[in-house]
Amino acid sequence: MEMKPLTRVVLGLVCLLVAIWLVAPTLVVVPMSFNENKSLAFPPQGFSWQWYQNFVTNPDWSNSFLNSLKVASIVAVLATVLGTLAAFGLDRMKARPANLLRMLMLTPMVVPGVVLAIGIYAVYLDTRLVGTLLGFVLAHTILALPFVLIAVSANLEVFDRRLETAAASLGANALTTFRTVTLPLIAPGLLSGLLFAFATSFDEIVVSLFITNPYLKTLPVQIFASITRDADPTVAAVGTILLFATTILIGSGMLLLGRERKGRQ
Amino acid sequence: MNPGQESRGNPGQESRGAAIDLKSISKAYGSFKALDGVSLHIKAGEFMTLLGPSGSGKTTTLNVVAGFTEASSGALEVGGKSVVGVPAHKRNIGVVFQHYALFPHMTVSRNVAYPLALRGVAGAERERRVGQALDMVKMADFGHRFPSELSGGQQQRVALARAIVFDPPLLLMDEPLGALDKKLREWLQLEIKRIHRELGTTFVYVTHDQEEALVLSDRIAVFNRGRIEQIGTGRELYDEPATLFVGKFIGDSTVLRGAAATSGGETAIDIAGQKVATVKRLANGGRPVMLLRPEKLALARRGVGGDGRNRLTGRIGEAIYLGSGSKYEVDLADGSKAIVRSTLEADSFAIGDEVDVLFAGADVKLLADDDKADLTLT
Repeated sequence: MEMKPLTRVVLGLVCLLVAIWLVAPTLVVVPMSFNENKSLAFPPQGFSWQWYQNFVTNPDWSNSFLNSLKVASIVAVLATVLGTLAAFGLDRMKARPANLLRMLMLTPMVVPGVVLAIGIYAVYLDTRLVGTLLGFVLAHTILALPFVLIAVSANLEVFDRRLETAAASLGANALTTFRTVTLPLIAPGLLSGLLFAFATSFDEIVVSLFITNPYLKTLPVQIFASITRDADPTVAAVGTILLFATTILIGSGMLLLGRERKGRQ
Repeated sequence: MNPGQESRGNPGQESRGAAIDLKSISKAYGSFKALDGVSLHIKAGEFMTLLGPSGSGKTTTLNVVAGFTEASSGALEVGGKSVVGVPAHKRNIGVVFQHYALFPHMTVSRNVAYPLALRGVAGAERERRVGQALDMVKMADFGHRFPSELSGGQQQRVALARAIVFDPPLLLMDEPLGALDKKLREWLQLEIKRIHRELGTTFVYVTHDQEEALVLSDRIAVFNRGRIEQIGTGRELYDEPATLFVGKFIGDSTVLRGAAATSGGETAIDIAGQKVATVKRLANGGRPVMLLRPEKLALARRGVGGDGRNRLTGRIGEAIYLGSGSKYEVDLADGSKAIVRSTLEADSFAIGDEVDVLFAGADVKLLADDDKADLTLT
């Protein structure tokens, strides 16, 4: 249907407003990170790179960043493997028990983070997992698993299982069939699950605040600590770096996916 | 076997196909018997079609042979060796599915190369055999395409190439042309027939289309309710149906029910007081069922002519012009329907015309009454 020019202009303006409303709070961080003074005031004054410098040289910041990277990477792999296995199991189970189990596995998304955090903290105190890498990995994996489960399940739903029968008839055993047929076809779901799991762990704050200690801090914990202690624009610098990193990551992922889809059709 | 198979080389030579032996195979799902004691011997290199309505057990039989379904009981031999308990991927049997089942993330070439790669065939040899298989199905120019870029008929030809590229001694086809339109189907039937001739592999073909079965097969096994009703060549099934079900499933037929009266050594069959045939012995004792093929029936205007043949009165219910002739459905006095085919030169009739249906007693096929045959056929 052809749109009237006036309608088009109005529609465009509304869209622009909504877009600004969604993105503006995030973009405020960027100018703030170049502030000359040690203040989070907006608009910022002057221009300097010092907060970026601080992020790289101050061990409080660089260590917590590396910790987050380490935890999130392990969680992403672990949650993807476990979540994929779970998705497969549920996909091939009888419908009723599968639905029950699926709901059970999705509870970490529904249960308030604080409640979960208290429970995990209580258990970790007994098992001495507070402030350990293992502790962070286990807690974040619980939180990340549902995302992988949802992403892979969605892919399995449209996956044609008759292709596995065909592969068997051509001489492929179960493992080869999975490797050469099933896995490549559910890879998009796996990949988005992996990304979600990484992101979930990387910016997790509630549970992390409970199970952290001075020896092991993740980046969100450090940001929270810094901003509650003093107005340190390093927070804004970190925010800007993360903003660009995620934009590049997601953007290139979408480009790649789009290209592959075009090639296949 | 039919004469078309002579081109396969010396009959004395070992055939490249495997013989298959099904011995009283049963498959139960709970209390439902999908297969009920199916026994079937398929000769090496034969084109055997499993024909029947949906739910008759033909596809289950195919799945048992392929190894996708394990039979509840019975023995199964392929090439003289029992394959009971052997998983599908170790049976070395080619399968073509109705839904093509091509791997969407691989090109045509890689799809066809897949079974070769699994068998350790690599490099130039793999390429040569992929090329050969694609040549055979006339898809050599499409190697670099993805399945989604092909039409249904093209996809099915690629699937066929993939199923034969590793030289399986047995090829199973599960309604492979079911999703294609009629013209394409007819052309691909001839292609499949040619490929069967060139390969010499045993083909087992599942279809519910009796015409397709007649075009393709050396022999046909007619399935009904998890059992085989009859095994034979198309001609045998058409001319000498063993059961009413087979008679009605293959070709058009007129079914007449009469009364039997035995006197002395002979049994006379009466319809409406008219003695239409005599037989030595009536197997089922009770009500005789007579089957007549359309070309054995003739039409005449009411009371006209008469050459000693049996006459049944009726009225034309439907007249269908077929180009090469006409087909008439005649509503007979007793409520049954006669199907009559006539060539163009013969008299033509219009709906509502009062006619007589003429037939010779010798052309009547006497069968046991069988209520199963009253199933609506699709």
